[in-house]
Amino acid sequence: MTTTAALELVQLTKKYGGVTAVDAINLKIPAGSYCCLLGPSGCGKTSTLRMVAGHESVTSGDILVGPKNVTDLPPADRSTAMMFQSYALFPHLSVIDNVGFALKMKGVAKTARHAEARKLLDLVDMQAYAARLPGQLSGGQQQRVALARALITSPQILLLDEPLSALDPFLRLRMRAELKKLQRELGMTFIHVTHGQDEAMALADIVVLMNGGRIEQQGSPREIFNHPRTEFTARFIGGHNVVAVGAETFAVRVDRLALKTPSETVTGPSTAGTISEVEYQGTYVRVVIAIDGGSEISAQITETQFDTASYAVGERVLATWDPAQASLLTTTGSAIVRSPEKAA
Amino acid sequence: MKQHRKTFVAWLQAAPMMLVFALFFLLPLLFVTVVSAWDYNEYEMIPAFSLRGYSDTFEGCIAELPSLCTILKTYLNTLKLCLLTWALTLLIGFTVAYFLAFHVRSKTWQIVLTLLCTIPFWTSNVIRMIAWIPLLGRNGLVNRGLEGVGLIRQPLEWLLFSEFSVVLALVHLFTFFMVVPIFNSMIRIDKRLIEASYDAGATGWQTLLNVIIPLAKPGIVIGSIFVITIVMGDFVTIGVMGGQQIASAGKIIEARLNALQFPAAAANAVILLGVTILIISALTRVVDIRKEL
Repeated sequence: MTTTAALELVQLTKKYGGVTAVDAINLKIPAGSYCCLLGPSGCGKTSTLRMVAGHESVTSGDILVGPKNVTDLPPADRSTAMMFQSYALFPHLSVIDNVGFALKMKGVAKTARHAEARKLLDLVDMQAYAARLPGQLSGGQQQRVALARALITSPQILLLDEPLSALDPFLRLRMRAELKKLQRELGMTFIHVTHGQDEAMALADIVVLMNGGRIEQQGSPREIFNHPRTEFTARFIGGHNVVAVGAETFAVRVDRLALKTPSETVTGPSTAGTISEVEYQGTYVRVVIAIDGGSEISAQITETQFDTASYAVGERVLATWDPAQASLLTTTGSAIVRSPEKAA
Repeated sequence: MKQHRKTFVAWLQAAPMMLVFALFFLLPLLFVTVVSAWDYNEYEMIPAFSLRGYSDTFEGCIAELPSLCTILKTYLNTLKLCLLTWALTLLIGFTVAYFLAFHVRSKTWQIVLTLLCTIPFWTSNVIRMIAWIPLLGRNGLVNRGLEGVGLIRQPLEWLLFSEFSVVLALVHLFTFFMVVPIFNSMIRIDKRLIEASYDAGATGWQTLLNVIIPLAKPGIVIGSIFVITIVMGDFVTIGVMGGQQIASAGKIIEARLNALQFPAAAANAVILLGVTILIISALTRVVDIRKEL
């Protein structure tokens, strides 16, 4: 059941009337990798996933699972399985019947499909709940059942639509770790849609950041975090300041900014401002600086650094950085930017 | 002290409904049951305990065996009409509700089409029945049309004042009572469940049988209760559309009332109530409505 396949999207497009939701995207995801489609709501990530699953028709372009073109196949013939947002478990069926549903549809006899379903419940550690109805389970338990149900058809690619968004923050972290562990053990391609950059960073081998129906940037979480190519990426992924130096714009990680007093000599690029806020965060101190000219940047400094300098609100400082650590941004038209404040 | 106050306020809030219920439902029901056990002669009822109302109703039922007595024949016939009407309203109602819930995408159109279903209710019951007569009568549109096309030489007699016309009129009148509760159940089915079913490889029919029908069950049961209780007690539609020739449970009560035999009419009402309660309790055994609501 651990056969897995690569996914390839070729010029995949989805239009709803005159609105283009997904704009001719090309994407290759190697077999066995964990891929996160990341982006703000309305960026086309869910439409893309639903097209791959076969629940949304394709306007133009192709979807390839392994060597097979599945663009016009029904969902069940694509070797994909989908785990739905808020799980979509059948409320009238017991856990074991939910998991065995696909086999029942194939006409597998009851004892055989229950035996198979039990194996999968074992995999997700839910065998004790086989007779319960979904309504009697907690969110995390429902998710495990949904996972078992999706896996029973031995899919080559598992599609997960915001699988963690229905859980409370504590459970989310736990299930996140379990998803990653399961993917590693099964060695299966997972495509996971999320709007949380922390989720994508923690889980993905490949992050595909989408914006306005296009792929803004793709790569490993470290590549994206350390080398954002556009202002949108830098802001969405968080933990960066976007600073303009002359005609060029750079992204500088908040923990790579050094603060100097105006009297000190600075060699690298720098920008001057006034401290407008100081937040103690335990492992670090966040200093917000109002740049002369309007915008705000924030620096993340260690407690020791903070103790030696003891910055106070209203003080003038110079923020400086090593040019090798900054990423030059290409200005794109993508102006939909979310607050980057969440990043750590 | 506070607890007492709370329960008192709760009772107070429920009081108006309880009062209406007791005054206009429980009390009359009690009267009917009491009267059903009174004696009567040709022109008056006598307030003395007697089961004559019941014994008259079942007269000859044991003596005439194995052939059926009038009351049993009448009930069987009523049940037959009821079953036919139920099956047809369920089939049509389910189909209409399915169309409204799953094929009509926009909410506005769902509302417009549902309102369209209520148009027959803008006129009175009797007019809706009478409207069938020029259509189905001996010289009605249907017979004329069929004769014109040359399919028949003589007008079809069974079109009007027959069991056919009774069932037709009942289905026409009561399908909407099936549509609404089933539509209400269906609209609450998460569309993702249907996608999940397709994702698991189910065909359209398999999805209908394994997902939609089980989840629409409360609506089906509620609609069935509406239709069955109305048809079991109906005497107007059966009277008008059956040309006053078809016996039914409701018709017996009407006949007894017209003969001023109130205890006998009351006894029949109690029997009808008992039969209807039996059917409903059998239905609710299939689905626990309270749990599903």
